[in-house]
Amino acid sequence: MLYRENGQFKTSYAADQQIFPILQDRWAIALLLVVAFVVMPMVGSEYFFRAILIPFLILSLAALGLNILVGYCGQISLGTGAFMAVGAYAAYNFMVRIDGMPLIAAMLLGGLCATIIGVLFGIPSLRIKGLYLAVATLAAQFFTDWAFLRINWFTNYSTSGSVSVGNLSVFGIPIDSPVSKYLFCLVVVCVFALLAKNLVRSAIGRQWMAIRDMDVAAAVIGIRPVYAKLTAFAVSSFIVGVAGVLWAFVYLGAWEPAAFSIDRSFQLLFMVIIGGLGSISGAFLGAAFMVLLPIVLDQLPHWLGIPMSTATIAHLVHIIFGALIVFFLIVEPHGLAKLWSVGKQKLRLWPFPH
Amino acid sequence: MGFFLETLFGGLMAGMLYSLIALGFVLIYKASGVFNFAQGAMVLFAALAMARFAEWFPKWFGFESLLLANLLAFIAAMAMMVVLAWAIERFCLSKLVNQEGITLLMATLGIAYFLDGFGQTLFGSDIYSINVGMPKDPAFIMESVFEGGVMVSKEDLVAAVVAALLVIVLALFFQKTKTGRALRAVADDHQAAQSIGIPLNKIWVIVWSVAGFAALIAGIIWGSKLGVQFTLSLVALKALPVVILGGLTSVPGAIIGGLIIGVGEKLSEIYIGPYFGGGIEIWFAYVLALGFLLVRPQGLFGEKIIDRV
Repeated sequence: MLYRENGQFKTSYAADQQIFPILQDRWAIALLLVVAFVVMPMVGSEYFFRAILIPFLILSLAALGLNILVGYCGQISLGTGAFMAVGAYAAYNFMVRIDGMPLIAAMLLGGLCATIIGVLFGIPSLRIKGLYLAVATLAAQFFTDWAFLRINWFTNYSTSGSVSVGNLSVFGIPIDSPVSKYLFCLVVVCVFALLAKNLVRSAIGRQWMAIRDMDVAAAVIGIRPVYAKLTAFAVSSFIVGVAGVLWAFVYLGAWEPAAFSIDRSFQLLFMVIIGGLGSISGAFLGAAFMVLLPIVLDQLPHWLGIPMSTATIAHLVHIIFGALIVFFLIVEPHGLAKLWSVGKQKLRLWPFPH
Repeated sequence: MGFFLETLFGGLMAGMLYSLIALGFVLIYKASGVFNFAQGAMVLFAALAMARFAEWFPKWFGFESLLLANLLAFIAAMAMMVVLAWAIERFCLSKLVNQEGITLLMATLGIAYFLDGFGQTLFGSDIYSINVGMPKDPAFIMESVFEGGVMVSKEDLVAAVVAALLVIVLALFFQKTKTGRALRAVADDHQAAQSIGIPLNKIWVIVWSVAGFAALIAGIIWGSKLGVQFTLSLVALKALPVVILGGLTSVPGAIIGGLIIGVGEKLSEIYIGPYFGGGIEIWFAYVLALGFLLVRPQGLFGEKIIDRV
């Protein structure tokens, strides 16, 4: 009953085309933003920011980027970790080699470098698709792993292969406390989420979806597959690259190539699939699920008071994690976002039967 | 020249082992259209079971014979793989019929996580050794042709013979037996196979069991070479470019692809590697497969996909 759009008439094109056409949605989003921007910084503890909120925000940004490629354009990629790494290392080099490089500029330039690599490794998608493409993108993953490990120029000839950044600041405001890190990530994520949402509603977004649904039909109605696929790769790897910069600079501080290994790629793909393919909110839901699950599973024996060795817990986490993924795929193959939209339908009538 | 041949042989042996793992991928993909990422975890699981049972059985039943212990452990590990195949079919795949390829792929990734955790909880997570009595000392061949001859590891030779035997057995099984014929029918067309009375579920259990068998053999050979440890499940990632190169649906493709990747990797590491600063083994296979796909999207022996991309 509460969630009804009755009586909300759209009298202008602008009203018809807004992102959230339903009043309740607009209120909910506004409330969410207020909670995220105002309430959270006041009540959250340091552990909460460091272990949950910051990784959640950054990984949801990466999942958002991947979702554009996999969910909207239908091209499977297992090289997400690689594009994150490219972004992170490129931004690192811009910061180190150019004096007075602002963080935001380095971040965007890092994203740009990731775009170039992404388009380069996206070229095979013009010839192959599906699982073959997935394996082809693995080439990107292993190649960058190797490049950042072996080519010392990228790591500024650091002896251990691990690099670090410090003294981050934006417009003179230092980003060192957990709260400021959180707010910085939040702003970046909000900007990119808005951009992505608008992009997928625009002409290019519809082209991606047409290619995903049936490439031959899309080509027949005049969509250029080359252009559509490569732009999807470009936009996706840009966002993923920016997420990589945040992950390295803000979350880790000091990192080595192992931070962007193939496990990261798999993790992001899980987020996208569990969250829901082809949905912006799905990326956030999936990231929340994947960030919270290991933490909860880790703490569970502790809460229940069952003594267990760390190794056993790590293995049990693996078991439960694997089982839950299979379970979710069986119960709701369209992801958490689908669950949410089903819930929305129910809410329209609730608590009345019709 | 002698050094070149040594590298070549080394590459061929490594390639043989990649082929063994790739075989498991191909078998499952052919019969059920599932791209099985869990193959690496299955190899690890099988090897762990084999190593630990061979250690435990003599203690439990109080006998000394290594042969008997290995034999029993092999049977027990194989039984576990069959149970596993049944469980995967029963609890996972049968519920995911008609889902898209990517969903199935993710499901096998879930299975892989599960197996990694389950195997290590059950059998422990240290490094174990498998001793099936493979000869460890190197042999020298062609001493009459070159100065000092070419060094070949006997272990590798045995492994290659076993791999070749496995391929022959599988080929016979697929070509000559009734079950093999049913498997090929399912691979060609699920619906047609079902409509002439081939029980799909049973076939899938059989296929996963056969893949488990291939995983067990691969696990034993890798395990006795490198020791049974977690990295074993990562070796399977190397099998991906192999199947891509050889074609996802072709058993001979898996073998030839494995050999090409193995040889290419070793030779490139020696002869091109120094120009890039070494260690190019990690990505060479993938880039080779990627370049190859651009020319022949279906791989060497894969079924030609008549499809516009």
